[in-house]
Amino acid sequence: MNIMAFIAIESDRKIMMQVADILKVFKEYRGDAIVVPGKGARYWVDMTTRPELDVPLAPNPAMGGRASFAFGLALAQPHRKVVLFDSEGDMMMALGILPTIAEHAPKNFYHFLLDNECYATTGGQPVPNAKKIAYDVIARGAGYARTFSYDNLESFQINLERILSGPGPVFVALKIVPEIQNEPAGRRKRFSTRSREQVRQDLWKALGIAG
Amino acid sequence: MVQASEALLSPETVLAELKKNAVSHVVWLPDSETNWLYLLIKAEPSLTLVTVSREGLAFSTAAGLYFGGKTPVILIQNTGLMESGDSLRGWGLGLNMPVVLMVGYRGWTRHGVTTDTAAVYVERFLNAFGINYYLVENNNDAQRISLAFEEARKTRRPVTVLVGDEYHGFHSH
Repeated sequence: MNIMAFIAIESDRKIMMQVADILKVFKEYRGDAIVVPGKGARYWVDMTTRPELDVPLAPNPAMGGRASFAFGLALAQPHRKVVLFDSEGDMMMALGILPTIAEHAPKNFYHFLLDNECYATTGGQPVPNAKKIAYDVIARGAGYARTFSYDNLESFQINLERILSGPGPVFVALKIVPEIQNEPAGRRKRFSTRSREQVRQDLWKALGIAG
Repeated sequence: MVQASEALLSPETVLAELKKNAVSHVVWLPDSETNWLYLLIKAEPSLTLVTVSREGLAFSTAAGLYFGGKTPVILIQNTGLMESGDSLRGWGLGLNMPVVLMVGYRGWTRHGVTTDTAAVYVERFLNAFGINYYLVENNNDAQRISLAFEEARKTRRPVTVLVGDEYHGFHSH
């Protein structure tokens, strides 16, 4: 291999994090936040100590709506932190929600993007311009006041407390190791055993919302 | 023409219906049929206006508001409703969301041939999803808005109000 080819490969290499490690770090700071874990953050349902405040929607109601759903929750519950673990494939379908979020600027909204550079649940095909896109820059351009990007766990761990102690809306792009699924969708186990209706009822009970 | 003017659907009437049904948030994308509501909603302290840039996002945003205990209404045009099919399926029907969709009925006419395909297909679209709908053309129909809210609450499903103004009333505001 010539030296130029070697340099090209090295500059393209990204350190990535394991999703489970990210969630373990976050768990320490969760407090009484409402957490919206997408399928990409499926390990959360086995880690959480406050499932009544978690909103895992399985199966995913419709791709492209997770950020707007969590944003709606944040608007509805302005005195409680809402933490979203989004996925880049989902967010790419609906980038137009970012300026809406930035316009309303919910101080309680914390938007973490798990970026594995691919559609992991359909076999790992790359998302458009997977290696070069900068999601934190997109969020910043849409109007998020605080944006961050991490590709290694140590940096994320060092900064997470500061990120969560400041006001939202915050956007944090996280490079993660892809966990590819090839099994036909019908044979996969749902990452949350609670029905979506049960999730809503549990949340309303925890928040004191009359049904 | 006084009688004709009185027959129009006034924005004040619609706003009163929204307030009567304890709506907290209006999730909308501007359209020519419901533009007349914009200034009133903006000025109404009990309502928060959430503007989205694609109609499908209105459903997921409204679902989040609903899960957070609020009462959103979705205000979009029939063109955008048809664009939102998967969001209506997943976020609206899939989450049993009791939400009223106020849909501008672009192309609606009681006279002659309907040429605008936005009007031709919208009722077929709603029927395909099993979504009930009420046509509201003027102030005399306004009570149908409350009927839609009542039905949405009772069935825990989206219910639609088609706002058919035949392009003559709202632009005068």
